[in-house]
This record gives sequence, C-alpha cells and structure tokens, in this order.
Amino acid sequence: MDFENGEELLECCRSDNCMISDAMRKREIETGHASAEEVEDKLQRVYEIMCSSIEEPLKRPQKSIGGLIGGEARSIMDHMGDGGLCGRFMTKAVAYSMAVLEENATMGLIVAAPTAGSSGILPGVLKASMEELGYSRAQFDQGILNAGALGYLFMRNASVAGAEAGCQAEVGSAAAMTASALVELGGGTPEMCLNAASLALSNLLGLVCDPIAGLVEAPCQSRNSVGVANAIVCAQLSLSGVRHQIPFDEMAHAMYCVGREIPFELRETAMGGNAATPSGCRLRFRNVTGEHGCALTPLSK
Amino acid sequence: MEFISVFDVIGPNMIGPSSSHTAGAVSIALMARRMFRKPITKVTFTLYGSFAKTYHGHGTDRALLGGTLGFDTDDVRIRDAFAIADRQGLEYFYHIDGKTHVRHPNTADILLESDDGSSMLVRGESIGGGKIRIAQIDGIDVDFTGEYSTLIIRQEDRPGIIVHIAQCLADHNVNIAFMRLFRKEKGGMAFTVVESDERIPQEIVAEIASNSKVLDIMLIQA
Repeated sequence: MDFENGEELLECCRSDNCMISDAMRKREIETGHASAEEVEDKLQRVYEIMCSSIEEPLKRPQKSIGGLIGGEARSIMDHMGDGGLCGRFMTKAVAYSMAVLEENATMGLIVAAPTAGSSGILPGVLKASMEELGYSRAQFDQGILNAGALGYLFMRNASVAGAEAGCQAEVGSAAAMTASALVELGGGTPEMCLNAASLALSNLLGLVCDPIAGLVEAPCQSRNSVGVANAIVCAQLSLSGVRHQIPFDEMAHAMYCVGREIPFELRETAMGGNAATPSGCRLRFRNVTGEHGCALTPLSK
Repeated sequence: MEFISVFDVIGPNMIGPSSSHTAGAVSIALMARRMFRKPITKVTFTLYGSFAKTYHGHGTDRALLGGTLGFDTDDVRIRDAFAIADRQGLEYFYHIDGKTHVRHPNTADILLESDDGSSMLVRGESIGGGKIRIAQIDGIDVDFTGEYSTLIIRQEDRPGIIVHIAQCLADHNVNIAFMRLFRKEKGGMAFTVVESDERIPQEIVAEIASNSKVLDIMLIQA
C-alpha cells in the first residue's frame, strides 16, 4: 500500500475507510517492511524526545551557543496568566514550540519535524493539545502519523529544505502538517485535513529563510511560533467548513515553484532579510570567525 | 525512489542545532573513526567553507570531536565532547581555513593519529539533511556515503586485483550495488570501493587481504 500524492492518499483513506494516520501506519508496515512493534517503539522514542526537548528549556533556560536566543519559552509561560491574548492552548503551544528551538540551539536532543529549524511546531501543538484539549497519548501518536504522511508528500513532491525553497518549505510545511494532524484529532475527514494543510501552506507562501549570522536561532524560533498559530487557525477554519480554492497537491507544487524562485540570498545563506540588516550584520560579525565587518549589502538598498 | 519512512520525516532524532553543520559533522567523524579502526590518540580537524565560518554557533567543533569519540548523531554526550576527550586523553586541534577553495561548502578534513605512528586523513562533506559523503582518503579522491555496507580496499595499482575482489564477493554471494576504482597516478596507490545492499560477511576481509597487492581493507556495515 502506498500513495504518491494527496489525491492518492485520499483514495487510500476512502477505499480502506480509514483516517490519514491509519493509512500512514499501514504504509509503514506494508511498504516499509516494519513490524507493528517497531513502529510503536519508534513512536514512543519520538514522544519521549519531543517531551524532554520541551521540558528542559522550561526548567533550565540557558543561552544558545550562538548567543541569540535563550529563555523565551519560560518567559512566555511566566506571562501566560489566565491565557493572555492567545488563550491557554495557543500560548502553551507557542511557548513549547519555542522551547524546542532553545533545546536545539544549546546542542540538546530534538526530533527534526521535518527539519531542525522547524522542529518546534508539531511537538508544541501536540503536547499543548494533550494538556489543554484532553487528548490522549495515543492521539499524540495519531498526530505524528498524520503529520508524517503530509511531510512525506512534501519531501517527495516539493521540498522541506530552507536552502532549496526558503522558510515556507520548513515552517510552512511543518505548519501544514500540524494543521492536518489537528483536524484529524478534532474529528475532521481526510479531505478536511488536506484542506487545512493547503490553507496553511498558502498563508506562509513565499516566506524566506534568512537566519541571523547563519544560525538556527533567530528568526527561526519566533517563526515556529507563527507556524503554531497558522496551524491552529487553519485547522479551526477547515473544521468549520472553510475551504481553500486550491487543492493540496497543487498547493504543494506551488510552494515548491515559489521556493525555486526565491533568490539565493534568501535561502539559508544569511545574505538577505533579517540577516542582511545592519543589526543582523553586527550579530554576524560577533559570531562569525574570519570575516571582518559586514561585507554584505542589504537587498533593499 | 527510495522509501521515505514516517521516521525520516519526523526525524532524525538528533543533537541540534543543524542537520548539516552538527549532525552531518558527527557522521563524517564517526565514519572516519570506523575507517581508521585503531585507538585514536590525536585528531586534527581542518574546517573549510561554511564550516569555517559558522562552526562555533553550530557546535561543529564539538560535533566533529563527538563523532571521533564514537558518539552517534543522537548522543547527548556530544555537548560535552571537549571534557570527555580531555578525560580520555585524546588530543584535538582545529584549523579554521576559510580561504582554500573546496568543492562543497561544508567540508572537513580529519587527520586521525595513533600511538603506533599510523595515521589516516579523511575528507568528508556534509551534503544536507544530515547526509554525508566521504570525498578523500589520504589525498586520493573517493566517493561513498556509508548508507550502504561498504568495503574500502587500499591497494597497489596493478592488474588483476579487481578480479580477485569480485571473485571473493561472488564466493560469498554478495550482490554488488556499486563498485568503483579510484587512484591518483598510474602504478601508485589506489582504492576500490564496493557498496552492497546487504551485510558484507566479515570473512571476506581476510580473503581479499590474501592478495599481496592489497594493503588495507576497511569494512563499514550499513
């Protein structure tokens, strides 16, 4: 059993009368030749690492090795009060997603989801949904499998690499995967899952990858927070019957095409956007060895 | 197209912050360690290109040392690689070379040395998403990734050795996925690299070594 695009995934779900997570589990076992126990063991390991990568920076915040971030997640939790502007679920999901980026930037253990730079969105939302929406441990796994199905389609048919297609391919894809997972957990159909993913991709279409000083720290960390918000909003829209006019497969292709048109300077090279501002250049000078001053001209000159 | 598992998407489990600058660096050094197969007492890293520019903020220096110590990409001890190397008495040095032009931006040379005077120089490239390529051994261009079970044979550049290697593999019913010969100059030293989908039996090493023109054999199981 296998599927190569969104349409085929929906066909699998229809013919087996199952959810996307079921189809992905079945594919892993039948086509990937894994045993059900192997899949369970790996899911358990993913769960453990995702949880510890959220909890560590909240308990013991520390400065990242590049020095640009550290302590943001804890600060958000400390200011949450009774939910603040975003409410408890989204605020927690945002804080958790940013915690993972802190763990990543202090050489901690994380699960790339689908990349290190976008590794906060899926675990942040799933863990917050267990705590605030009452989802079970099994539903966490269901979310991983559902998101994994879409991530596989992005890897196969588009890109999840910032160097290839910009931040839209990393945070955009992670948000789309997470939106889809939330829809399944919220009782939506597979069609509604892909619709939510389509919306999420469309909302972040064209987002550039412009890491300050070339580090996976800023703006990556706060981009994860907007990925979380985007995922939750798009899941809510889709569960309410709001449809995006462009089907998932076309949207994934559009994301890839836009990515290839993003100039080199804005694809992880740290030569544009945030990285090329005077302040970004000063931070680069502080971090980068063997370079003296800012040799780069901001793109907006 | 190769099967993409859900755990390739939601994964790898890795020490951050960067799949290319951290996880890839660990993998290059770990591969070099497995190729050298001797107790390492001294290691010298030369970092080129993007590695040379942003190694500190990506922990590339600790990642390379961690791999040399035998840690895999998800080993939390990588963060403490300096202290662990100090405790084990492993000497380590870094040359930061941002000037020399290299083919791939994320390139590192690793010189491993042992107490008995032997050494090996390995050049690795981190080619994205944590994937790597070994590009040189002791100055000779090679090309393999370690994703397959790999046999690396150091030999004299003389007739008949390939037949000997192929015969040994055939005797053990090993199916060759890729096989390539690399050399610098005629009649000098050469490498044959054989990659296979399945495990390569350990006994093959002794059989291939029975040829006097074979100088050294490294076997890396996938």
